[in-house]
Amino acid sequence: MKVRILVSFKDSVLDPQGQTVRNALHTLGYDAVQDLRQGKVFEVELAGVDRAAAEKLVPEMASKVLANPIIEKYTWSVIED
Amino acid sequence: MKIGVVLFPGSNCDFDTIHAFKEVLGKPTVPLWHKDHDLQGVDAVILPGGFSYGDYLRSGAIARFSPLMQEVREFAAKGRPVLGICNGFQVLLELELLPGAMLRNKNLKFLCRHVSIKVENEKTRFTRKARKGQVLNIPIAHFDGNYYAPPETLKAIEDGGQVAFRYCEPDGSLSEASNVNGSLHSIAGLINKAGNVCGLMPHPERASEKILGSEDGRFILESLVESL
Repeated sequence: MKVRILVSFKDSVLDPQGQTVRNALHTLGYDAVQDLRQGKVFEVELAGVDRAAAEKLVPEMASKVLANPIIEKYTWSVIED
Repeated sequence: MKIGVVLFPGSNCDFDTIHAFKEVLGKPTVPLWHKDHDLQGVDAVILPGGFSYGDYLRSGAIARFSPLMQEVREFAAKGRPVLGICNGFQVLLELELLPGAMLRNKNLKFLCRHVSIKVENEKTRFTRKARKGQVLNIPIAHFDGNYYAPPETLKAIEDGGQVAFRYCEPDGSLSEASNVNGSLHSIAGLINKAGNVCGLMPHPERASEKILGSEDGRFILESLVESL
């Protein structure tokens, strides 16, 4: 099974890198861009794990290692069964 | 008395720190390998600056899982002194031995320069040789030193006198310009509630001899040594 985990800053935390990318897009004339938040993507291959086990395992790995819960949040989804 | 400096892959201030304690202050100092499970009977543990594990994932995030960190955790839990410098501070935050987290500097630049920091709490074992409000000239060298903590944590830190150092102007006043990396409340260094774990972004070991342009870092290193 393959899962994708997206980690990004919480809304309450400033994201100066995202702001800089947004400003660059504005400079290029992409005025439709209102806001932009930058994050990290992890694609993880899991072996010997069914969906029910993944529901437990992935949030545990995400909150313990991949994201720092003080400043970051995460979402995840199964991308390959 | 024996001081231990932890060596992670990617540490680059490890030997400067050993030099400062051993040669400048004349105290027995040993390197501690991150893969060992042995603190070699040291009386204080220093987590030095650098880029442990290439700063992969987040600064300090991987170093936190180094085998030796289990011993460092237990050492700190017993009230023994642990000092984290720069990357070492980031590791202490990831270990949750100190509250909060680091974000990228506000101007998105790696900052490598001398700054002024003010001793906010002089009643700690890491600051006792300095006066309250004393301004120290110590260099910083980091990308991720923009201190962040949620409002309730920040309040607890302030109320508990846990702010050890703040970035300031040379006259000790606070300003947006002197808060070089954008840290909340200009926080440059913290101490835990128990008073035995301290982390700071500036490098006292790089300001420990006249030839380096400042000896102000000695106030911090000597405070720790004196407390042992």
